[in-house]
Amino acid sequence: MFQVRIHGRGGQGVVTAAEMLSVAAFIEGRHAQAFPSFGSERTGAPVVAFCRIDDKEIRAREPISEPDAVIVQDPTLLHQVNLFDGLGPDAYILINTERTFQELGMGDFVKQFRPERLLTVPATELAREHLGRPIPNAVLLGGFAALSGLVSIDSVAQAIREKFSGRLADGNVAAAEAAFEFVRAEMQEVTHA
Amino acid sequence: MLRQTEGSQAVARTVAMCRPEVICAYPISPQTHIVETLSDLVRTGELAPCEFISVESEFAAMSVAIGASATGARAYTATASQGLLYMAEALFNAAGLGLPIVMTVANRAIGAPINIWNDHSDTMSQRDSGWIQLYAETNQEALDLHPQAFKLAEALSLPVMVCMDGFILTHAYERVDLPDQDQIDAFLPPYEPRQVLDPAEPVTIGAMVGPEAFSEVKYLAHAKQIQALDLIPEIAAEFAGMFGRDSGGLLRAYRADDAETIVVALGSVLGTIEDTVDELRDQGVKIGALAIKSFRPFPLEEVRAALAHAERVVVLEKALAVGIGGIVSANVRMALSGIQLHGYTVIAGLGGRPITTASLHTLFKEAIADELQPLTFLDMNWEIVQRELDRQRMDHRPGPHAENILRDIGIVAARSH
Repeated sequence: MFQVRIHGRGGQGVVTAAEMLSVAAFIEGRHAQAFPSFGSERTGAPVVAFCRIDDKEIRAREPISEPDAVIVQDPTLLHQVNLFDGLGPDAYILINTERTFQELGMGDFVKQFRPERLLTVPATELAREHLGRPIPNAVLLGGFAALSGLVSIDSVAQAIREKFSGRLADGNVAAAEAAFEFVRAEMQEVTHA
Repeated sequence: MLRQTEGSQAVARTVAMCRPEVICAYPISPQTHIVETLSDLVRTGELAPCEFISVESEFAAMSVAIGASATGARAYTATASQGLLYMAEALFNAAGLGLPIVMTVANRAIGAPINIWNDHSDTMSQRDSGWIQLYAETNQEALDLHPQAFKLAEALSLPVMVCMDGFILTHAYERVDLPDQDQIDAFLPPYEPRQVLDPAEPVTIGAMVGPEAFSEVKYLAHAKQIQALDLIPEIAAEFAGMFGRDSGGLLRAYRADDAETIVVALGSVLGTIEDTVDELRDQGVKIGALAIKSFRPFPLEEVRAALAHAERVVVLEKALAVGIGGIVSANVRMALSGIQLHGYTVIAGLGGRPITTASLHTLFKEAIADELQPLTFLDMNWEIVQRELDRQRMDHRPGPHAENILRDIGIVAARSH
């Protein structure tokens, strides 16, 4: 089982991101379960959503306390919420920011993790560019597909098109694909470094 | 068709396939997505003919459902929590009049203190309203129970509540197999009312009944629920034959055949319980689980047969009967009367507190060692409780519990005055 926790703020599409990730996994024939941290969804308030992916039926219904991956949609949460609670040394971390882990003051903290599984991606900027709106959720899923290889970018694009239509879908897919390419390029740099 | 979708959406789409002719609703979390989706399906004409009535309260919602059902329409509504309580008087009327209304309850706690999260306090409080109560373990089962509920309700002329855990199921995206309209039509024929208000053939429904016949009319409601004990498994078997999957029924046992310890529960927590049972089975512990799917009528004989061979029974329930403890436990104990075994009541998951595999693991180990208290509260913060009890004893005006405890745990910063 692979467990993902997504942190963000109300209005950034945190819950929708978890749902789309579950749809992408479903498209690939896997079992997936997405659910929000119930009741806390208010614009601007810290919001958490969860997604479990497995090859067999998922029966557990508890919140994810030991995730395999954390996606952070809003870096201003870094000093407000325990974003990395329960993460093991093999965990993936993807943060929406133009800055590096070093610049975020996380240089020492991330030393306990595998460097090829950590990335920051300017998802808000990519969303502005391709979508015309600063909504980073679908964009980060593109980045996450590249970082983790858990789902393909095609499945992510299909999941986005299931949730949105018209220009919203096109923009989100374009931004997710841009993030996918961005992360792939960054990862090649990490591997070659 | 397999779909990855939200529980509420899946339920709404399946309810629509059951062709309700009147849907009356008043929004309340966590049920709202269900009636929102249905209102959309009526608006677009996908669900037709159907009248969607936005009412001014839950009391009105149930009253409109009663009126619609009495005139021969298939009637549906959904609610939760305080909404269900606000319906209480009309619930007893719907059942007493024998009207086959189907209602989804997205289970949620009851205030005070106000709380929007999941537990079973709402439906448990209405267990004696005369409604049949079916509890879903998964979203698949939640949607499958609706065509079964209409069929059962209309066969007996009794109302049926389909209970699904609020948020945990209603807001979860997971894989479900959505039925086709043709399949549902083949399974669920059009509603043929047993009694109907028709201007062409005027009758009265709801006469006043005095001491000379009240007991007999009430007994007939009980007799019909007892008939449901046969009908529920028959309908579930017919459903399994047509749709190829098991959903509903009275009970479902999990790895219980040779189990010395059996955990009894209702609803979605069974998934986490079964994961924990598997962990313990891997360690050689003889433990199993029993899901109660039909709480009303309560399958006394079947529960007795399923549990009689166990050494101990742990009833894990998401509601607290203040002043005694367990509600499900009391029913289970009635089923086990005369049988000697260790029985434990565990109150868990109140007001949305997560029930985790880690906590269940510890709990079941304690049960197996017979170290549990007869009434146990899972993951209770006793330190906070004790501090408040002390405050109530020491202070002549200690103030309200909820606010005091929120201050103690640091959620509310305001100082006491």
